[in-house]
Amino acid sequence: MKKVFLIATLNFVAAVTFAQNQWICRKGETSFFSETPLENIAAVNKNVISLIDFTKGEIAVKMTMTDFKFQNHLMEEHFNENYMESEKYPTGSFSGKFQEPVDISKNGTYDIFAKGQLTMHGVQKERIMKGKLIVNNNEITLISDFDVALKDYKIEVPTLVITKIAEVISVKDRFVFSKK
Amino acid sequence: MKKIIWIIFLEIISLTAAGQDLLDELDKTVKPRKNYSTATFKSTRIINGHSVETVAKNHWDLRISHRFGMLNEGAYNFFGLDAATMRLGLEYGLTDNLMIGIGRSTSQKTFDYFAKYKLLRQASGPGGMPLSVTALVSADAISLSTSPQLTFYNNVERFTYVGQLLIARKFNERLSLQISPTYLHSNRVETSSVPNDVVAIGIGGRIKISKRTSFNAEYFYRVPLSSQSGTIQNSPYYNSLSMGFDIETGGHVFQLHFTNSLGMIERQFITQTEGQWRKGDIHYGFNISRTFSFDKKRKI
Repeated sequence: MKKVFLIATLNFVAAVTFAQNQWICRKGETSFFSETPLENIAAVNKNVISLIDFTKGEIAVKMTMTDFKFQNHLMEEHFNENYMESEKYPTGSFSGKFQEPVDISKNGTYDIFAKGQLTMHGVQKERIMKGKLIVNNNEITLISDFDVALKDYKIEVPTLVITKIAEVISVKDRFVFSKK
Repeated sequence: MKKIIWIIFLEIISLTAAGQDLLDELDKTVKPRKNYSTATFKSTRIINGHSVETVAKNHWDLRISHRFGMLNEGAYNFFGLDAATMRLGLEYGLTDNLMIGIGRSTSQKTFDYFAKYKLLRQASGPGGMPLSVTALVSADAISLSTSPQLTFYNNVERFTYVGQLLIARKFNERLSLQISPTYLHSNRVETSSVPNDVVAIGIGGRIKISKRTSFNAEYFYRVPLSSQSGTIQNSPYYNSLSMGFDIETGGHVFQLHFTNSLGMIERQFITQTEGQWRKGDIHYGFNISRTFSFDKKRKI
Protein backbone atom coordinates (compact mmCIF):
# COMPACT_ATOMS: atom_id res chain seq x y z
CA MET A 1 0.00 0.00 0.00
CA LYS A 2 2.84 2.36 0.83
CA LYS A 3 4.27 1.76 -2.61
CA VAL A 4 0.98 2.70 -4.16
CA PHE A 5 0.93 6.03 -2.39
CA LEU A 6 4.53 6.65 -3.31
CA ILE A 7 3.81 6.04 -6.99
CA ALA A 8 0.73 8.20 -6.82
CA THR A 9 2.54 10.99 -5.01
CA LEU A 10 5.36 10.94 -7.51
CA ASN A 11 2.81 10.98 -10.26
CA PHE A 12 1.05 13.95 -8.70
CA VAL A 13 4.31 15.86 -8.22
CA ALA A 14 5.28 15.08 -11.79
CA ALA A 15 1.93 16.28 -13.09
CA VAL A 16 2.15 19.51 -11.11
CA THR A 17 5.77 20.07 -12.11
CA PHE A 18 5.03 19.53 -15.78
CA ALA A 19 2.14 21.91 -15.47
CA GLN A 20 4.65 24.59 -14.57
CA ASN A 21 5.79 25.03 -18.18
CA GLN A 22 3.37 27.92 -18.35
CA TRP A 23 3.71 31.26 -20.02
CA ILE A 24 1.60 34.25 -19.09
CA CYS A 25 0.53 37.51 -20.71
CA ARG A 26 -1.08 40.17 -18.53
CA LYS A 27 -1.37 43.11 -20.93
CA GLY A 28 -2.34 41.56 -24.23
CA GLU A 29 -3.89 43.61 -26.98
CA THR A 30 -7.02 42.67 -28.86
CA SER A 31 -8.40 45.08 -31.41
CA PHE A 32 -11.30 44.88 -33.79
CA PHE A 33 -12.32 46.72 -36.88
CA SER A 34 -15.66 47.13 -38.62
CA GLU A 35 -15.52 48.60 -42.09
CA THR A 36 -18.50 49.85 -44.09
CA PRO A 37 -18.70 52.59 -46.73
CA LEU A 38 -20.51 54.79 -44.20
CA GLU A 39 -18.50 54.35 -41.07
CA ASN A 40 -15.37 52.65 -39.76
CA ILE A 41 -15.36 51.55 -36.17
CA ALA A 42 -12.21 50.52 -34.34
CA ALA A 43 -11.57 49.62 -30.73
CA VAL A 44 -8.75 48.16 -28.70
CA ASN A 45 -8.52 46.32 -25.41
CA LYS A 46 -5.07 46.48 -23.81
CA ASN A 47 -5.86 44.42 -20.73
CA VAL A 48 -6.31 40.97 -22.21
CA ILE A 49 -4.92 38.14 -20.10
CA SER A 50 -3.71 34.86 -21.50
CA LEU A 51 -2.02 31.69 -20.33
CA ILE A 52 -0.27 29.02 -22.42
CA ASP A 53 0.62 25.64 -21.01
CA PHE A 54 3.10 24.05 -23.42
CA THR A 55 3.19 20.77 -21.51
CA LYS A 56 -0.49 20.24 -22.01
CA GLY A 57 -0.55 22.14 -25.28
CA GLU A 58 -3.35 24.42 -24.13
CA ILE A 59 -4.12 28.11 -24.34
CA ALA A 60 -6.63 30.27 -22.45
CA VAL A 61 -7.50 33.89 -23.23
CA LYS A 62 -9.82 36.15 -21.27
CA MET A 63 -10.88 39.77 -21.62
CA THR A 64 -13.27 42.19 -19.99
CA MET A 65 -15.64 43.73 -22.53
CA THR A 66 -15.71 47.14 -20.86
CA ASP A 67 -11.94 47.40 -21.41
CA PHE A 68 -12.47 48.02 -25.12
CA LYS A 69 -11.69 51.68 -25.83
CA PHE A 70 -13.18 53.58 -28.76
CA GLN A 71 -12.38 56.99 -30.19
CA ASN A 72 -15.98 57.99 -29.87
CA HIS A 73 -17.23 57.60 -26.33
CA LEU A 74 -20.80 57.14 -27.49
CA MET A 75 -19.78 54.11 -29.56
CA GLU A 76 -18.12 52.66 -26.48
CA GLU A 77 -21.30 53.11 -24.49
CA HIS A 78 -23.43 51.57 -27.21
CA PHE A 79 -20.99 48.68 -27.64
CA ASN A 80 -21.39 47.79 -23.97
CA GLU A 81 -25.05 48.71 -23.52
CA ASN A 82 -26.67 47.62 -26.76
CA TYR A 83 -24.49 45.11 -28.53
CA MET A 84 -22.30 43.12 -26.12
CA GLU A 85 -24.59 43.66 -23.08
CA SER A 86 -21.49 43.84 -20.92
CA GLU A 87 -23.41 43.94 -17.65
CA LYS A 88 -24.97 40.55 -18.42
CA TYR A 89 -21.97 39.05 -20.23
CA PRO A 90 -18.92 40.85 -18.81
CA THR A 91 -16.16 38.75 -20.37
CA GLY A 92 -15.12 37.07 -23.60
CA SER A 93 -12.81 34.06 -23.62
CA PHE A 94 -11.09 31.40 -25.66
CA SER A 95 -9.93 28.10 -24.32
CA GLY A 96 -8.30 25.69 -26.74
CA LYS A 97 -5.82 22.94 -27.42
CA PHE A 98 -2.97 23.16 -29.92
CA GLN A 99 -3.54 20.84 -32.86
CA GLU A 100 0.17 19.88 -32.93
CA PRO A 101 2.75 20.03 -30.16
CA VAL A 102 4.81 23.22 -30.20
CA ASP A 103 8.54 23.14 -29.54
CA ILE A 104 9.65 26.44 -28.05
CA SER A 105 13.19 25.44 -27.25
CA LYS A 106 14.50 27.16 -30.38
CA ASN A 107 14.02 30.77 -31.46
CA GLY A 108 11.91 31.26 -34.55
CA THR A 109 8.43 31.76 -35.92
CA TYR A 110 5.94 28.94 -35.82
CA ASP A 111 2.45 28.60 -37.29
CA ILE A 112 0.03 27.25 -34.76
CA PHE A 113 -3.56 26.09 -34.79
CA ALA A 114 -5.69 25.85 -31.70
CA LYS A 115 -9.10 24.25 -31.54
CA GLY A 116 -11.42 25.28 -28.75
CA GLN A 117 -14.34 27.28 -27.48
CA LEU A 118 -14.70 30.98 -28.28
CA THR A 119 -17.17 32.53 -25.86
CA MET A 120 -18.73 35.99 -25.98
CA HIS A 121 -22.13 37.59 -25.52
CA GLY A 122 -23.13 34.40 -23.67
CA VAL A 123 -22.65 32.22 -26.77
CA GLN A 124 -20.06 29.46 -26.96
CA LYS A 125 -18.84 28.26 -30.35
CA GLU A 126 -16.16 25.81 -31.33
CA ARG A 127 -13.50 27.34 -33.54
CA ILE A 128 -10.07 26.66 -34.90
CA MET A 129 -7.80 29.67 -34.41
CA LYS A 130 -4.78 30.23 -36.59
CA GLY A 131 -1.83 32.17 -35.30
CA LYS A 132 1.89 32.81 -35.36
CA LEU A 133 4.13 32.16 -32.42
CA ILE A 134 7.36 34.14 -32.38
CA VAL A 135 9.84 32.70 -29.90
CA ASN A 136 12.66 35.01 -28.92
CA ASN A 137 14.63 33.77 -25.90
CA ASN A 138 12.57 34.67 -22.84
CA GLU A 139 9.71 36.19 -24.73
CA ILE A 140 7.00 34.61 -26.83
CA THR A 141 4.74 36.74 -29.01
CA LEU A 142 1.45 35.41 -30.30
CA ILE A 143 -0.14 37.10 -33.29
CA SER A 144 -3.54 36.04 -34.53
CA ASP A 145 -6.20 37.37 -36.91
CA PHE A 146 -9.70 36.04 -37.10
CA ASP A 147 -13.23 37.05 -38.07
CA VAL A 148 -16.34 37.13 -35.96
CA ALA A 149 -19.75 37.07 -37.62
CA LEU A 150 -22.15 39.04 -35.42
CA LYS A 151 -24.96 36.63 -36.29
CA ASP A 152 -23.04 33.66 -34.83
CA TYR A 153 -22.92 35.34 -31.43
CA LYS A 154 -26.49 36.66 -31.44
CA ILE A 155 -25.33 40.28 -31.58
CA GLU A 156 -28.28 42.14 -33.05
CA VAL A 157 -27.87 45.26 -35.15
CA PRO A 158 -31.00 47.42 -35.48
CA THR A 159 -32.11 48.17 -39.05
CA LEU A 160 -31.48 51.89 -38.47
CA VAL A 161 -27.71 51.43 -38.24
CA ILE A 162 -27.36 48.25 -40.29
CA THR A 163 -25.41 50.12 -42.97
CA LYS A 164 -22.89 51.41 -40.44
CA ILE A 165 -21.83 48.16 -38.83
CA ALA A 166 -20.16 45.33 -40.73
CA GLU A 167 -21.73 41.88 -40.52
CA VAL A 168 -18.31 40.31 -40.02
CA ILE A 169 -15.84 42.00 -37.70
CA SER A 170 -12.11 41.41 -38.10
CA VAL A 171 -10.27 40.85 -34.84
CA LYS A 172 -6.52 41.03 -34.22
CA ASP A 173 -4.62 39.71 -31.23
CA ARG A 174 -1.11 40.52 -30.11
CA PHE A 175 -0.03 38.90 -26.86
CA VAL A 176 3.47 39.00 -25.40
CA PHE A 177 4.15 36.15 -23.00
CA SER A 178 6.79 35.72 -20.35
CA LYS A 179 7.55 32.62 -18.36
CA LYS A 180 5.27 32.22 -15.36
CA MET B 1 -5.99 -6.36 -7.59
CA LYS B 2 -6.86 -3.91 -4.88
CA LYS B 3 -3.51 -2.21 -5.41
CA ILE B 4 -4.14 -1.71 -9.08
CA ILE B 5 -7.51 -0.14 -8.42
CA TRP B 6 -5.87 2.18 -5.91
CA ILE B 7 -3.19 3.16 -8.40
CA ILE B 8 -5.76 3.89 -11.07
CA PHE B 9 -7.89 5.86 -8.60
CA LEU B 10 -5.00 8.01 -7.39
CA GLU B 11 -3.73 8.38 -10.92
CA ILE B 12 -7.07 9.84 -11.90
CA ILE B 13 -6.91 12.29 -9.00
CA SER B 14 -3.42 13.45 -9.94
CA LEU B 15 -4.39 13.75 -13.59
CA THR B 16 -7.43 15.81 -12.66
CA ALA B 17 -5.23 18.10 -10.60
CA ALA B 18 -2.95 18.58 -13.59
CA GLY B 19 -5.78 18.82 -16.09
CA GLN B 20 -7.47 21.66 -14.26
CA ASP B 21 -9.08 24.05 -16.68
CA LEU B 22 -6.60 26.62 -17.88
CA LEU B 23 -9.26 29.37 -17.85
CA ASP B 24 -9.88 28.80 -14.13
CA GLU B 25 -6.18 28.90 -13.54
CA LEU B 26 -6.00 32.19 -15.42
CA ASP B 27 -8.69 33.64 -13.16
CA LYS B 28 -6.69 32.64 -10.09
CA THR B 29 -3.40 34.02 -11.40
CA VAL B 30 -4.61 37.44 -12.46
CA LYS B 31 -6.21 39.58 -9.78
CA PRO B 32 -9.64 41.02 -10.62
CA ARG B 33 -9.58 44.71 -11.36
CA LYS B 34 -11.93 47.55 -10.50
CA ASN B 35 -14.81 47.70 -12.93
CA TYR B 36 -16.66 51.00 -13.25
CA SER B 37 -20.39 51.09 -13.92
CA THR B 38 -21.22 52.93 -17.09
CA ALA B 39 -24.40 54.41 -18.53
CA THR B 40 -26.29 54.83 -15.27
CA PHE B 41 -28.50 57.12 -17.35
CA LYS B 42 -28.64 57.56 -21.11
CA SER B 43 -28.24 61.31 -20.95
CA THR B 44 -26.88 64.09 -18.77
CA ARG B 45 -30.48 64.86 -17.74
CA ILE B 46 -33.04 62.50 -16.21
CA ILE B 47 -35.83 64.74 -17.51
CA ASN B 48 -35.47 68.32 -16.32
CA GLY B 49 -32.86 67.76 -13.65
CA HIS B 50 -29.28 66.69 -14.13
CA SER B 51 -28.22 63.05 -13.89
CA VAL B 52 -24.84 61.81 -12.61
CA GLU B 53 -23.64 61.44 -16.20
CA THR B 54 -21.24 63.92 -17.80
CA VAL B 55 -20.23 64.40 -21.42
CA ALA B 56 -17.01 62.53 -22.26
CA LYS B 57 -13.73 64.36 -22.87
CA ASN B 58 -13.63 66.46 -26.05
CA HIS B 59 -17.24 65.63 -26.86
CA TRP B 60 -19.87 68.28 -27.50
CA ASP B 61 -23.51 67.81 -26.62
CA LEU B 62 -25.99 70.04 -28.43
CA ARG B 63 -29.32 70.03 -26.63
CA ILE B 64 -32.59 71.35 -27.96
CA SER B 65 -35.45 71.20 -25.47
CA HIS B 66 -39.09 72.20 -25.90
CA ARG B 67 -42.00 72.43 -23.49
CA PHE B 68 -45.42 73.03 -24.98
CA GLY B 69 -48.53 74.52 -23.41
CA MET B 70 -50.82 72.64 -21.06
CA LEU B 71 -52.94 69.65 -22.09
CA ASN B 72 -56.01 71.20 -20.39
CA GLU B 73 -55.94 74.17 -22.78
CA GLY B 74 -58.16 72.02 -24.96
CA ALA B 75 -58.63 71.49 -28.65
CA TYR B 76 -58.62 75.21 -29.53
CA ASN B 77 -54.95 75.44 -28.52
CA PHE B 78 -54.32 71.91 -29.84
CA PHE B 79 -53.83 70.66 -26.27
CA GLY B 80 -50.97 73.06 -25.69
CA LEU B 81 -48.98 72.38 -28.84
CA ASP B 82 -49.73 75.89 -30.18
CA ALA B 83 -47.38 77.41 -27.63
CA ALA B 84 -43.79 76.39 -27.02
CA THR B 85 -40.91 77.53 -24.89
CA MET B 86 -37.46 76.25 -25.51
CA ARG B 87 -33.92 76.02 -24.26
CA LEU B 88 -30.86 75.72 -26.45
CA GLY B 89 -27.82 74.28 -24.75
CA LEU B 90 -24.24 73.65 -25.71
CA GLU B 91 -22.29 71.44 -23.37
CA TYR B 92 -18.72 70.19 -23.44
CA GLY B 93 -16.59 67.61 -21.65
CA LEU B 94 -13.26 69.10 -20.50
CA THR B 95 -12.20 65.76 -19.07
CA ASP B 96 -14.04 62.48 -18.67
CA ASN B 97 -15.09 63.69 -15.21
CA LEU B 98 -15.66 67.42 -15.70
CA MET B 99 -18.12 69.13 -18.01
CA ILE B 100 -19.31 72.68 -18.56
CA GLY B 101 -22.34 74.04 -20.35
CA ILE B 102 -24.23 77.16 -21.32
CA GLY B 103 -27.85 77.55 -22.27
CA ARG B 104 -30.42 80.07 -23.29
CA SER B 105 -34.11 79.71 -22.44
CA THR B 106 -36.89 81.65 -24.13
CA SER B 107 -38.68 81.86 -20.79
CA GLN B 108 -37.67 85.23 -19.24
CA LYS B 109 -34.81 85.35 -21.79
CA THR B 110 -32.62 83.46 -19.34
CA PHE B 111 -28.97 82.53 -19.74
CA ASP B 112 -27.64 79.65 -17.68
CA TYR B 113 -24.14 78.36 -17.00
CA PHE B 114 -23.05 75.24 -15.18
CA ALA B 115 -20.15 72.98 -14.32
CA LYS B 116 -20.51 69.39 -13.27
CA TYR B 117 -17.85 67.14 -11.78
CA LYS B 118 -17.87 63.40 -11.06
CA LEU B 119 -16.68 63.04 -7.45
CA LEU B 120 -17.18 59.28 -7.13
CA ARG B 121 -17.94 56.56 -9.64
CA GLN B 122 -19.81 53.38 -8.86
CA ALA B 123 -17.50 50.40 -9.29
CA SER B 124 -17.35 46.71 -8.54
CA GLY B 125 -14.29 44.64 -7.73
CA PRO B 126 -11.49 45.56 -5.33
CA GLY B 127 -11.81 49.11 -4.02
CA GLY B 128 -15.37 49.18 -5.29
CA MET B 129 -17.88 51.94 -4.66
CA PRO B 130 -21.62 51.44 -4.21
CA LEU B 131 -22.65 54.86 -5.51
CA SER B 132 -21.85 57.48 -8.11
CA VAL B 133 -21.70 61.04 -6.83
CA THR B 134 -21.56 64.09 -9.08
CA ALA B 135 -21.54 67.73 -7.98
CA LEU B 136 -23.28 70.46 -9.94
CA VAL B 137 -22.89 74.21 -9.61
CA SER B 138 -24.91 76.48 -11.82
CA ALA B 139 -26.10 80.04 -12.16
CA ASP B 140 -28.70 81.71 -14.29
CA ALA B 141 -29.41 85.29 -15.23
CA ILE B 142 -32.70 86.74 -16.41
CA SER B 143 -32.00 89.09 -19.30
CA LEU B 144 -35.59 90.26 -19.68
CA SER B 145 -35.85 94.08 -19.58
CA THR B 146 -36.90 95.47 -16.26
CA SER B 147 -40.65 96.14 -16.03
CA PRO B 148 -43.22 97.06 -13.38
CA GLN B 149 -44.13 93.35 -13.10
CA LEU B 150 -40.52 92.28 -12.57
CA THR B 151 -38.29 95.15 -11.59
CA PHE B 152 -34.53 94.81 -11.41
CA TYR B 153 -32.63 97.63 -9.73
CA ASN B 154 -29.24 96.21 -10.67
CA ASN B 155 -27.79 93.28 -12.58
CA VAL B 156 -26.88 91.27 -9.48
CA GLU B 157 -30.59 90.87 -8.82
CA ARG B 158 -30.97 88.95 -12.02
CA PHE B 159 -28.91 86.01 -10.75
CA THR B 160 -29.86 82.72 -9.14
CA TYR B 161 -27.29 80.21 -7.89
CA VAL B 162 -27.69 76.45 -7.55
CA GLY B 163 -25.62 73.84 -5.79
CA GLN B 164 -26.63 70.23 -6.23
CA LEU B 165 -25.28 66.86 -5.24
CA LEU B 166 -26.34 64.01 -7.52
CA ILE B 167 -26.15 60.61 -5.85
CA ALA B 168 -27.07 57.61 -7.96
CA ARG B 169 -26.83 53.88 -8.03
CA LYS B 170 -27.21 51.58 -11.01
CA PHE B 171 -28.85 48.62 -9.29
CA ASN B 172 -28.76 46.45 -12.36
CA GLU B 173 -28.76 46.73 -16.11
CA ARG B 174 -32.33 48.06 -16.06
CA LEU B 175 -32.83 50.03 -12.88
CA SER B 176 -30.99 53.20 -11.81
CA LEU B 177 -32.13 55.52 -9.04
CA GLN B 178 -30.90 58.96 -8.06
CA ILE B 179 -31.39 61.33 -5.17
CA SER B 180 -30.41 64.98 -5.64
CA PRO B 181 -30.21 67.29 -2.63
CA THR B 182 -30.36 70.84 -3.96
CA TYR B 183 -29.77 74.31 -2.55
CA LEU B 184 -30.92 77.29 -4.52
CA HIS B 185 -30.56 81.01 -3.86
CA SER B 186 -32.30 83.71 -5.89
CA ASN B 187 -31.05 87.24 -5.40
CA ARG B 188 -34.49 88.55 -6.18
CA VAL B 189 -37.94 86.95 -5.97
CA GLU B 190 -41.20 88.33 -7.38
CA THR B 191 -43.13 88.65 -4.12
CA SER B 192 -42.36 88.50 -0.42
CA SER B 193 -44.32 85.24 -0.09
CA VAL B 194 -41.64 83.45 -2.10
CA PRO B 195 -38.44 82.50 -0.26
CA ASN B 196 -35.03 83.50 -1.61
CA ASP B 197 -33.44 80.30 -0.40
CA VAL B 198 -34.90 76.94 -1.26
CA VAL B 199 -33.73 73.50 -0.22
CA ALA B 200 -35.13 70.69 -2.32
CA ILE B 201 -34.67 66.96 -2.63
CA GLY B 202 -34.93 65.46 -6.08
CA ILE B 203 -35.75 61.81 -6.60
CA GLY B 204 -35.44 60.27 -10.03
CA GLY B 205 -34.84 57.04 -11.80
CA ARG B 206 -35.05 55.01 -14.92
CA ILE B 207 -36.18 51.54 -15.90
CA LYS B 208 -34.97 50.26 -19.23
CA ILE B 209 -37.81 48.71 -21.16
CA SER B 210 -35.63 47.67 -24.09
CA LYS B 211 -31.98 48.07 -25.01
CA ARG B 212 -32.61 51.50 -26.46
CA THR B 213 -35.58 52.88 -24.53
CA SER B 214 -36.17 53.58 -20.90
CA PHE B 215 -38.96 54.95 -18.74
CA ASN B 216 -37.85 57.86 -16.57
CA ALA B 217 -39.52 59.69 -13.72
CA GLU B 218 -38.44 62.58 -11.52
CA TYR B 219 -39.87 64.51 -8.57
CA PHE B 220 -38.51 67.55 -6.75
CA TYR B 221 -39.72 68.06 -3.19
CA ARG B 222 -39.14 71.54 -1.77
CA VAL B 223 -38.33 71.19 1.91
CA PRO B 224 -40.54 73.59 3.92
CA LEU B 225 -38.06 75.74 5.83
CA SER B 226 -39.17 78.92 7.49
CA SER B 227 -37.27 82.01 6.47
CA GLN B 228 -37.82 85.71 6.97
CA SER B 229 -38.99 86.63 3.55
CA GLY B 230 -41.29 83.78 2.61
CA THR B 231 -42.09 80.14 2.91
CA ILE B 232 -42.79 77.23 0.59
CA GLN B 233 -46.30 76.90 2.13
CA ASN B 234 -47.28 80.43 1.11
CA SER B 235 -45.69 80.40 -2.30
CA PRO B 236 -47.96 80.04 -5.32
CA TYR B 237 -45.77 77.29 -6.78
CA TYR B 238 -45.89 73.50 -6.73
CA ASN B 239 -43.40 70.65 -6.67
CA SER B 240 -42.21 69.42 -10.04
CA LEU B 241 -43.20 65.95 -11.25
CA SER B 242 -42.16 64.62 -14.65
CA MET B 243 -42.26 61.30 -16.40
CA GLY B 244 -41.36 60.16 -19.86
CA PHE B 245 -39.26 58.02 -22.13
CA ASP B 246 -35.67 58.10 -23.35
CA ILE B 247 -35.20 56.80 -26.87
CA GLU B 248 -31.64 56.43 -28.09
CA THR B 249 -30.77 56.15 -31.76
CA GLY B 250 -27.07 56.17 -32.55
CA GLY B 251 -25.75 59.67 -31.87
CA HIS B 252 -29.07 61.07 -30.61
CA VAL B 253 -31.03 60.68 -27.43
CA PHE B 254 -34.68 61.73 -27.63
CA GLN B 255 -36.37 62.37 -24.32
CA LEU B 256 -40.15 62.67 -24.59
CA HIS B 257 -42.08 63.49 -21.45
CA PHE B 258 -44.99 64.99 -19.56
CA THR B 259 -44.32 67.47 -16.78
CA ASN B 260 -46.07 70.14 -14.74
CA SER B 261 -43.03 72.43 -15.11
CA LEU B 262 -42.58 74.82 -17.99
CA GLY B 263 -38.96 75.74 -17.32
CA MET B 264 -35.92 73.64 -18.11
CA ILE B 265 -33.40 75.12 -15.69
CA GLU B 266 -33.23 74.49 -11.94
CA ARG B 267 -34.69 77.80 -10.77
CA GLN B 268 -37.65 77.46 -13.10
CA PHE B 269 -38.64 73.88 -12.48
CA ILE B 270 -37.71 73.49 -8.82
CA THR B 271 -38.95 76.80 -7.47
CA GLN B 272 -41.31 78.21 -10.10
CA THR B 273 -43.51 75.33 -11.24
CA GLU B 274 -46.98 76.75 -11.72
CA GLY B 275 -48.83 73.66 -12.95
CA GLN B 276 -50.64 71.01 -11.00
CA TRP B 277 -50.96 67.47 -12.33
CA ARG B 278 -54.42 66.92 -10.83
CA LYS B 279 -55.78 69.97 -12.62
CA GLY B 280 -54.38 68.79 -15.93
CA ASP B 281 -51.71 71.49 -16.12
CA ILE B 282 -49.47 69.05 -17.90
CA HIS B 283 -46.92 70.12 -20.48
CA TYR B 284 -45.79 67.77 -23.20
CA GLY B 285 -42.11 68.29 -23.95
CA PHE B 286 -38.97 66.82 -25.43
CA ASN B 287 -35.20 67.11 -25.18
CA ILE B 288 -33.04 66.20 -28.13
CA SER B 289 -29.42 65.55 -27.36
CA ARG B 290 -26.91 65.19 -30.16
CA THR B 291 -23.33 64.28 -29.26
CA PHE B 292 -20.37 65.14 -31.46
CA SER B 293 -16.95 63.62 -30.93
CA PHE B 294 -13.89 65.80 -31.52
CA ASP B 295 -11.56 63.36 -29.92
CA LYS B 296 -9.50 62.45 -32.98
CA LYS B 297 -6.27 62.68 -31.05
CA ARG B 298 -7.39 60.27 -28.38
CA LYS B 299 -5.11 57.28 -28.68
CA ILE B 300 -6.96 54.02 -28.74
